[in-house]
Amino acid sequence: MKISFPHMGYSYIAFKWLVENMGHECIVPPEPSSRTLDLGVRYAPEFACIPFKILLGTYLEVVEMGAEVIISSGGMGPCRAGYYWVMHKYLLEEAGKDVKVVAFELPRSDIMDFWKKLRWLRKTGGISVKEFIRVFKTAWNKIMVIDDVEMRSHEIRPYEIHRGDTTRGLWTALDMIDKANTLQEIQEARVEGLRQLNQIEQDRSRKPLKIGIIGEIYVVLEPAANHYIQIMLGEMGVQTDRSIYLTSYARKNTIVNLEGDVFEVAKPYLNEAPIGGHGVNSIGETILYAKHGFDGVVQLAPFACIPEIVAKSIIPTVSKDYSIPVLTLFIDEQTGKAGVQTRLEAFVDLLESRREVRERHERLVI
Amino acid sequence: MIKAYLGVDVGSVSTNLVILDANNQVIAGTYLRTNGKPIVVVQEGLHQIGQEISKDIEICGVGATGSARYLTSLIIGADIVKNEITAHAMAASTVIDDVKTIIEIGGQDSKIIIMRDGVVTDFAMNTVCAAGTGSFLDQQANRLCIPIEHFGDYALRAKTPVRIAGRCAVFAESDMIHKQQLGYNTEDIIAGLCEALVRNYMNNVGKGKDIKPPVIFQGGVAANQGLVRAFNKYLGVEVIVPEAYGIMGAIGAAMLARRASKKKGKTKFKGFNIQEIEFKTTSFECKGCSNACEVVQFFENEELAARWGDRCGRWELH
Repeated sequence: MKISFPHMGYSYIAFKWLVENMGHECIVPPEPSSRTLDLGVRYAPEFACIPFKILLGTYLEVVEMGAEVIISSGGMGPCRAGYYWVMHKYLLEEAGKDVKVVAFELPRSDIMDFWKKLRWLRKTGGISVKEFIRVFKTAWNKIMVIDDVEMRSHEIRPYEIHRGDTTRGLWTALDMIDKANTLQEIQEARVEGLRQLNQIEQDRSRKPLKIGIIGEIYVVLEPAANHYIQIMLGEMGVQTDRSIYLTSYARKNTIVNLEGDVFEVAKPYLNEAPIGGHGVNSIGETILYAKHGFDGVVQLAPFACIPEIVAKSIIPTVSKDYSIPVLTLFIDEQTGKAGVQTRLEAFVDLLESRREVRERHERLVI
Repeated sequence: MIKAYLGVDVGSVSTNLVILDANNQVIAGTYLRTNGKPIVVVQEGLHQIGQEISKDIEICGVGATGSARYLTSLIIGADIVKNEITAHAMAASTVIDDVKTIIEIGGQDSKIIIMRDGVVTDFAMNTVCAAGTGSFLDQQANRLCIPIEHFGDYALRAKTPVRIAGRCAVFAESDMIHKQQLGYNTEDIIAGLCEALVRNYMNNVGKGKDIKPPVIFQGGVAANQGLVRAFNKYLGVEVIVPEAYGIMGAIGAAMLARRASKKKGKTKFKGFNIQEIEFKTTSFECKGCSNACEVVQFFENEELAARWGDRCGRWELH
């Protein structure tokens, strides 16, 4: 079968390998572009959020490229994204597209459904259970390594002397990971990729600010949806960490559950029911970033995203209690990055002058 | 020679130039319409302001701000390029030392800046809605056939402002039309519109912000006395409109230029007479990878001066 899936950052490299090694053909989703958005906007309900529109646009693009099956995720909680795949299915049908949409729900919500779908993918691909496990494990390793090199690139970029060295270094590393086929080759690609990133010409006398990126999962994970915010901030001399990586997300949400932590710290501010999506996470993560000595937090929220709106209205209190500035950016159809750039520059100025004041105080105390 | 500093603020609607002396006093200032041609307007504005000042003034530093700040900095030779928020905060603190809140409404955007002890502690800018900004007021003034300069006076003459929906510029407009058709007078409608815009601003940009007096109101829209009154009424304090409300961004840029020149010691300023220089931009699509970045090239008299727009940095001039 010709299989495709949503585009989320660099994860397509691992998913492509997975699909191909399960015995299927992979239609690699193109990076979301203005065309993707145009298509999505045309067929989606007007009030739907930007992740919905980008995903729908991507699906229409991969169908054009010949995809027969689209694999997506369901989702937990009352955020409407959990039902997006159903809506997407209907909309694709309405648009007369002959494509099957298969969504994986979290194993803990319906374990049978989860296994049934996996089994179907394996059988249609024609591989044995043993082979299937091997392929899965290898693909998982790929995602891990992809995240490893990406994380390192965000650490190094603020020190780079020539703009773009880190970005190009990351692309080289990803290319090596893309070509790796065994666990050993993946490890080699990781080591070599990290080595090349570390060797970039850097000015280590700089003292980069540290900003945590939080918010709704899709706009946090997909650089094309958030104006490449981590690269933009990196080039302004800021180190960033984002709350969600695919591997951390999977670790939290599937079998091993680390997510309790975030909910626990968020509790003094929001102890009632989950508000859906990543709303509670955003509150908890702001606190965690403050506790880990970050200078500030940027919240990314799709326009009209209820969970993030709820979080946004609670965050000022958190921000005050933990003395950590938070900038909320709403993301919608605008593609101009000038507005985002202006806000980020001002936010960086704000954080820098805060740091100056704090250091002056510290010197006085000494 | 008198030492002076030039600040240039090129925004979506207006282009402002200011020359400050070493004590932050305005020596000269101009307010021009950008009209979508930032390069030409900056060249002209620079020439104009150069004519106004006496010959013994020496420009020791130049700052650029506004949405066209990077382009502007290449044209004039700026020593510092800063975002509007920092520039506005800087300028406001010269009006009142301990200003705590700054309301700034310009052509396309509106912002709130919260300051404590002379440092910006929080800010917000309108994101997906331009209701309440200068362009919307311009449009409505046009529709009512009232010159924008008199818009505020009409509001001040109102006895009972009409309630107008302020949630969205489009709704506000249709609500206004309905009220007109019902026979409410223009003054009351305009005053109602001012109140609606203030509500919208407070609910959007001002939401969750710790607004404390003294409050300064600046930006082109501060010319509108109707809005000043509506802010006073909503906030329950007198907002202060600085004398130079329309060129505060440029003043901030000039102040930042002074600070930068102290560190650097010399300026990159190209002089007031740059109309003869031909500035030109071209663009091409990079074929280096599948990203297909649109790279912009900036020429100064046929000579390539800068390139931007590429994600990977390969076209950067070092």
